[in-house]
This record gives sequence, structure tokens and C-alpha cells, in this order.
Amino acid sequence: MEYTILILLLPFLSFLVLGLAGMYMKSKVAGIIGTISLATVACLSYYTAFSYFTGARNAEGVYPTITAWNFNWLPFSSNLSIDFGFMIDPISVMMLVVISTVSLMVHIYSFGYMHGEKGFQRYYAFLSLFTMSMLGLVVATNIFQMYIFWELVGVSSYLLIGFYYTKDAAIAASKKAFIVTRFADLGFLIGILIYGYYAGTFSFTPQVNALINAGFLIPLALGLMFIGGAGKSAMFPLHIWLPDAMEGPTPVSALIHAATMVVAGVYLVARMFPLYVGYAPDVLHWIAYIAAFTAFYAASVACVQSDIKRVLAFSTISQIGFMMVALGVCTSINPHEGGLGYMASMFHLFTHAMFKALLFLGAGCIIHAVHTNEMSGMGGLRKHMPITHITFLIGCLAIAGIWPFSGFFSKDEILTACFEFSPVMGYIMTAIAGMTAFYMFRLYYGIFWGTPYNKKPNYNPNVHPHECSLSMTIPLMVLAGITCVAGFIPFGHLVSSNGEAYTIHLDTTVMITSLCVAITSILIATWMYAGDKQPVAAMLAKQFKGLHKAAYNRFYLDEIWIFITKKIIFRCISTPIAWFDRHVIDQFFNFTAWGTNAAGEEIRGMQSGNVQQYCMWFLAGSLILTLILIL
Amino acid sequence: MDYISIFTTMGQEISLIIAFILVFIIDLFLPEDKKHHLGTISSILLAISIIINIMPCQGELFGGMYTTSPLANALKTILSAGTLIIFLQSTDWLSKGETAQRRGEFYVLTFSTLIGLFYMISAGNFLMLFIGMELATIPVACLVAFDKYKGHSAEAGAKFILSALFSSGLMLYGISMLYGSTGTLYFNDIPSLLVASPLEILSLVFFFSGLAFKLSLVPFHLWTADTYQGAPTSVTAYLSVISKGAAAFALMTILMKVFAPMVEQWSLMISIVIVVTITVANLFAILQSNLKRFMAFSSISQAGYIMLAVLAGSEQGATSLVYYILVYIAANLAVFGVINAVEQHAQGKVEREDYNGFYSTNPKLAMVMTLALFSLAGIPPFAGFFSKFFVFAAAFKSGFSVIVFIALVNTIISLYYYLLIVKAMFITPSDAPIATFKNSVPMRISLLTCVAGIILLGIVSSVYMWLDGMAL
Repeated sequence: MEYTILILLLPFLSFLVLGLAGMYMKSKVAGIIGTISLATVACLSYYTAFSYFTGARNAEGVYPTITAWNFNWLPFSSNLSIDFGFMIDPISVMMLVVISTVSLMVHIYSFGYMHGEKGFQRYYAFLSLFTMSMLGLVVATNIFQMYIFWELVGVSSYLLIGFYYTKDAAIAASKKAFIVTRFADLGFLIGILIYGYYAGTFSFTPQVNALINAGFLIPLALGLMFIGGAGKSAMFPLHIWLPDAMEGPTPVSALIHAATMVVAGVYLVARMFPLYVGYAPDVLHWIAYIAAFTAFYAASVACVQSDIKRVLAFSTISQIGFMMVALGVCTSINPHEGGLGYMASMFHLFTHAMFKALLFLGAGCIIHAVHTNEMSGMGGLRKHMPITHITFLIGCLAIAGIWPFSGFFSKDEILTACFEFSPVMGYIMTAIAGMTAFYMFRLYYGIFWGTPYNKKPNYNPNVHPHECSLSMTIPLMVLAGITCVAGFIPFGHLVSSNGEAYTIHLDTTVMITSLCVAITSILIATWMYAGDKQPVAAMLAKQFKGLHKAAYNRFYLDEIWIFITKKIIFRCISTPIAWFDRHVIDQFFNFTAWGTNAAGEEIRGMQSGNVQQYCMWFLAGSLILTLILIL
Repeated sequence: MDYISIFTTMGQEISLIIAFILVFIIDLFLPEDKKHHLGTISSILLAISIIINIMPCQGELFGGMYTTSPLANALKTILSAGTLIIFLQSTDWLSKGETAQRRGEFYVLTFSTLIGLFYMISAGNFLMLFIGMELATIPVACLVAFDKYKGHSAEAGAKFILSALFSSGLMLYGISMLYGSTGTLYFNDIPSLLVASPLEILSLVFFFSGLAFKLSLVPFHLWTADTYQGAPTSVTAYLSVISKGAAAFALMTILMKVFAPMVEQWSLMISIVIVVTITVANLFAILQSNLKRFMAFSSISQAGYIMLAVLAGSEQGATSLVYYILVYIAANLAVFGVINAVEQHAQGKVEREDYNGFYSTNPKLAMVMTLALFSLAGIPPFAGFFSKFFVFAAAFKSGFSVIVFIALVNTIISLYYYLLIVKAMFITPSDAPIATFKNSVPMRISLLTCVAGIILLGIVSSVYMWLDGMAL
């Protein structure tokens, strides 16, 4: 399996080549280099997945965990070392497929979308860097390697969000994303260090004795690690960076902020799942509660946003909430007895990555056509952009959970897992699923139906919507195709909490309830938004003016954060510390520097250039040393 | 005697002696207009010597007069590689002016000092050590005075040889007292006879002062600044890394093996010397405006850090010492390479002010210099950080936490003066910056090698592991 090194090496090389020599080549050449290297990576990933899943299971009926290669980088003791390797197990293989597929689609799509942009080569270099980091993250053989790539992912996300570095909003968004996730990563790092110290290893499979001896510290470490995951996966209240991150180019949003990086937190929890279930079940359930709240919060905000990328961003937050909930409601590692959520979460991760990337790329096409993100500049676009329309509709149906699209199957498993955990959780999540269907169709109708764009008050006569070029529509069609069929993958056979084959059987009650809720929500959305005029929506917005405004402003979460940071932390903590730093610490060092200089001037005479004096010092030094030693 | 074993055990020295003789003879018979090939010939001979001796060897010869170990062999290889880099850096300087006639001498003398250093490393007897040391010192005096018609070269040579004579005398005095006390000069026999009497303490200090002279530890360092400033830059580079490395290793093995019963005394002595050395060197370094003089004090303080590894007195200390020297060679030779290049192309400019605005005219060289200075200051992720870390860790493990703390504080001071140069190159504007110039191929190769070393030696952890696996 040594060839797997290429999966990491190729994107890295393409990053180096494009980053260092990109400016000397034509933009088209740069794009082709990036895309070809990514296509190779995708082929290698598919081959790895195919050979792994068709390969033999071991005696317990579990797919073996293979370390394709491993290299001991920094050994601290016989157990504790930082390794650098490539781990192949069901979830890492699944992630390989997801990342390389979406990344390849984005590479192809960007040919059209970024055409003629300044810094085209730089864009592809960053994409390669991101892909390399993300691949490295999922195949990490130990938590420390994961952390290194985790940070690299953060950096490349920062670079890509701030790609339009002349735009103030993009700069602010990139900084916000970086600082918020970095802040969360602090928890992750502390968690890793505690884990490494008490478990005595950075590997994912520590000695059981060490864990038991460590007592409450292991749950603490796992909780801290989750904070890191919550930052990357935009869990409430650390989600604030994700909506702003939409300032980046739309294909980047599709790749990073919908399909891959934002699920890193989910992947982290899944990776550490046996430890969470075995040693910190309470932490795991808290994750479920936080995630359920996040899902609800984000869904309610998504219902009133007018920027189509924002709607998608909040829907992403909400869907990641679903995945986290599914992991959080697990009570055992056996998929038949409370471990179903693991499989459901991974399944949803897979299907969501595909249809959300599809939706984002579709949104990209629309923005490309009408040159605005606001729904007020859209409407009635279905005639102008038929391919985008159909594929977008498929994405919406999938996320709403309509049979036979992929989202139906994975969401159903999540709801089943929630009902197994507690009926209350099940009903809540079903309701949120209904909200999902509602806001997605509000979005769909707002773009493709409703008042036509040229009859709106702020109609821009320069806009002539048209279908996008092939390089942009082909990825849409591919992803739509995957969305149509992905639900029928026997996912339980490939990935399950304990690795045994698990046959998915749909729970009829849950299935019918969720279908009914979804269809009802869609019908309500149709009633409210499909027509030329939308009296009901306007009436509701007027009736619940306060609520509408609060939701539109994301319940003032950003303002609260700014209040906490600027008013409380900056003023009450940072200012005194800054004063102390300036007046006490700086002065102390100034004094030291002055003292050092003065002392230097004083002893200058020792260096006279006189050899006799040198010898005198030499002898005196020896004799003084002798005296000190003898006395 | 088994002659084959002489060749396998003493391969490093024998191949150098052959190289020495070959260069000497070729120099005699080569016509004037072909002398520029001498540099290539010497470099190739040295490279061959490195390659054939890369395998670790171990053993004793001549009844314990000569002894070698895998770690010593590794160090010799490292020093040879450093010398090779210096050969590459010196071609420009040697091909100019009247030195061009005598360039053969440079190579011959350098080879002979290197042989002396190797015998110092591998000595098994104090007399052997002394001969090695003299062999390494006297030719260096000639090298220091190589540019005798230029600047302060002759003065530097005179100062060096006088100080060296004094220190040799003192060291020989110490050795004779040790002989008087124990009746033997063999390293293997002495430990069981030592009782830490005042006479033996005096001999320890006197002997130590001889090696401390080579390492230029305070207060045996006073010759350093004048000599470094006056000597040709390539020779300064050689003095600052190669001869230091060998002396540090010799000192460590002797203190650990021979003076093992007096560990209490010598660890106190080394502790004092470390604190004084690092502090005084830093204080002086801040005041220097001449870069070569500045590097003299920088190298004195670096020697203090190397002494931390000696102080540790453990296997880990030995590994970290050799590793430190390796990393130090890469960084220091990069700095001297840049100084050398500037000196050659800009009419002998070596003041710090001359470097104002250097980045705008020679960005690549400025980057090399910056990397090297960062490594010397011990900023991660460059190799210098790791080497300092390992040295500190070794000393800390042996229980010298206070000394480690003082050394740590001093690294912060050192950061200040290293950054002064970086500031001059990048920030301070200049009306007449050093003009843009192109380096010769050998200089470029040497600088690239150093940069690769600075970046890779730290990150590739297997280098340290490789040294760690070797017996002392």
C-alpha cells in the first residue's frame, strides 16, 4: 500500500509547483496541473476504497485497520511518540473518496468560475494545499498528526477565504475564521496534551489500564478535544465564522465550508468514538444536546436570510448539527444496541458532502449569472438556467429528505437513532428536519420561481442570466447523479460503529413521519413563496416583526461576541494586562538592556589588544579557578 | 602488529595524510597558470576521504595511544565536511592578489591542522593529545597570518601564536603535574589513580585552560576577537567551527573518562566557566560593530552552550554535543560565507553599517544570512533551536537546572544582537548599499549546503537518532 504516499505527495507537489512557479506560467496551465494532480489523487483514492472494501474482512467480520506506512518522527519514550503515517480504515477511506471527489469537482468547476480572475494560479495552489492538508488529517495515524494537519487546514481555509484580499469584508472574514477556530483549537491542543500525558500515547488505541487510571482526566481531555471540533464544525456558539466565510470564492465554500473542513469536527469525534462511548458517555451526550441546539438555531436563522450563500451556510451548520447529534446519541459501540448513530452520522456526512457541494456550486452558477448574492436580485431563473435549476432542485429534495434522494436515507437513520435514544430528541430532530425542508424550498422558490428578477424594484438592466459553461455544469451533473444514487449504497456494510456489517432497515414509522413532515414543509413553502406575490410571507414578517428581525440578525450572536470580546475581555482584562506589560515588564527589560550595555562598556578595558595583558588574564583565570576548586 | 587494522581504525587520519602529501607534491610540480586547479583537487581529495571513512569504526591502536569510537568517527566526518565547505568558500579569496601564488599552502596547512584535530579527538594518551593539539595550532598561526601584507593579518597571527604558546606551556605544565601525581599518561590508567588532591586539581585546571584556549572560553578568550578580526575570513570560519568542535569533543571525552573521579570538581569548574563565558561574550557581542569581531564573541558564547553538553557528562550530552557542532557548522559557515562573499565583492566591507539595505540589493544572500542568524539564536523551526534544546535537555537531566536557566536568559540577549544584523539588512535604509553581485559557483554550492543543513537538520529527526545510536 506504499503507493498511498502519492495521495498526500501529489497535492503537496502541485502546491509547491504552483506556489513557487505559478506566476511564470499561464493561468490555464496552472489550472491543468492542479486538476490533473487532483484527478490522479481521486483515482488513487477510488482504487484504495475499492480494494479495501472488496478485500477480506478479518475473523470477527471487521474490516482491518491498515497502516499503509508509518514513520516515527519524534520519539519521546517507547510508547509516546509523534508519528507520521497513513491509516486506512473504513471512515478514512470514505473520507478519502469524499474529499477527492468534491475537490476534483471544485477544481474543474473553478476553471469556469474563476476564469480571468487575478491570482488564478495562487487560487489553485491554495486549493492543492487545502486538499493535501485535509487528506492528511483524515488518514492520520495518531492524534498529533491529525492536529498538525488540522492547523494546516485552518491556514489554507484562511488563505482561501481571504482570496480577494483587496476586499475589506473578505479580510475581516478570513481573520474571524482563523481566530475563532484557532481559539477553539487551543482546547483541542490542551486536550491532546492531557490525553498524551495520561494515556501515554498519541495513538487512537491507547492501553485500557492507562485510561482507567487517569480517572476524570480522559473525559476532560475528550471534552477539550470536542471544543476544537466544535470550532471547525461551527457548533454553537463558535459557529460565527462560517457565515462570514462565504466571502471567499463560491467553489471554496463548496469545498471547505460545506463538504470537507467543516465536517472535520464530526470526523474527529467519530475517530475518537470508542473512547467517547467507553470512557466519556456524558461528554458524548452533551455533544448531542449542543449539536441539537445548533441545528435548531441555524435552521431558524436560515429561514429568514436573504443572501443565498448565507442560507446555505446556516443550513450547513444545521446539517453538521444533525451529524453530531447522531454521534452524540450513541450509547454503545454495537450498532444493534444504541450504536446506530455512528453509522448514520458517517452516512449523512457522505451524502451531505455531495449534495451540499452541489447546492453551493449551483449557487455559484446563479451568482455568476446575476452578479449578486441577494435573493432580491433573483427570481424566475428556471427558464434561463435549466441545468442549474434541475440539479439545484435535486439538491434541495435530497437535503429535505425526499425519497429516493440520498439525504432521505441518511437523515432517516439519524432520526431512528435519535428515537432510540429518547423520543423527545427524535421529535425535536424531526421538527428541525421539517424546518430544513421549508427553508431550502423558500430558497429554491426565491431563486427559480417567485417574482421574476426583471420585475423586482432593484432590477439591474445589465444582468442577463444565462446557463454557465460546461466546465461549471458538468460538476453539477456529476454531483446530482451521485445524490440520486448514493442512498442505495449499502453503507452499513462498509462503515459501522464496531466495524461489523450492518444491514440498514428503514423504520417505517420514522420514515413515514419524516416524509410527511418534509412534504408538508415543502407545501407550506410552495404556498408562501412560489407565487408571483408573497402575501403570506410579508404578513408573517410584519406580524412577528421582532422575531423576524432577530432571526435575520442571527439572534445578535455576533454582537454578543463583540460585546464579550471588546467590552469585557479587552476592557477589563486586556487593558490592565497591557498596562502591566508596558510599564512593568517593558521597563524591567529596558532596565536589563541598559544594565547590559553599561556592563559591556565597563568591561571593555579587558579587551585591550595587549598580548601581555591577555596572558595575565589567562594565568589569573586559571589560578582563580584552582583556588575556587581547592577551597 | 596487524597493519590492516591500522588502516581500518585510523582511516580518517591516514587518508588525510595521503591527501596532504598529494596536494603538497602537486603544488610543487604544478605550473603557475594551473594552480587554480589546486582548490578542486583538494576538495575532491577531501570528499573522497569523507566517503571512504563514513562507516563507523571502533578500536585502539599502539597500546592505547590512539583510540576511536563511532561517535568520534562521526564527528570527524562532520568536521571534514565543514572543512570542505570552507574550501569551497575560500576559492574566491585565494584566486585574488598575491595569495594566488601561495594557494597550495592554504590547503596543505589546513589539511595538517585537520590531522592534528583528528589526533586530538582520538588521543588515548596525554602526549598524543598534546602533539595533536600542537599540530593543529601551529599551522593555524600560519593561516591566520596568511594575508600578511593586508590589514591586521600579521598582527593577528602574532597574537595568536603568542597566546597559543602560553596556553600550551600551561597545559604541558598541568600534564606534567598529573604525571607526577599518577605516574602515567594513559587515559585508561589514570582514573583509578586519581584522588582529587590539590596538585591534581591544579593539573586539571591547567590542562583545562589549554583546551579552553582553543575553545576560547572566558577568561581564556582574549586572543579571539583580535585574531578573528585580523585573519582571512575563511580562516576565521575554520577557527570558529572546526577547531572548536574538535577541542570540545576532546575535552568532553577526557573529562568524562579520565577525570571521572573528579566529576564534582570539574562540573563546578565548567559551571563557572559557562556562566562567565556566555554572559561576558554576550555583553561584548552587543558592542561590536565589526561583523568578524562580532562573530568572534558570538562564537565564544556558542562555545559556552557547547560546554553545557560537556557539563551534562552523559551519553546524551555526548550526542547533543556532536549534534550541536553539526548544526553550528551549518549556521556559522553560512554567516561567514556571506561575510566572505561581501568582503570579496565589496572591497573588504565588514562593518555592520555596511550591511544597511543589504536586502534590497542582494535579497538571496540576506535571506541566507537571516536564516543562519536565526539558527544561531535558536529560533524554531531552524536546526539551531533543536540543537540548543538537546543541549539544554542533557544538562537539565544531569541536574544543572540553574545553569540551564542562566543560559536560557542569555539566549534572549543573544537574540537581540543577532537581530541587530537582520535589522540592518532589512529595515535600516542606506544611501549606498552594497552593490548587487553574483557569487561564484563554489560559493553558491557551499551556501546552499549550509541552508539545507539549517532547515533540514532540525526537522529530519533521524539525524539526531543516527548520532544517538552511536557509542561514545
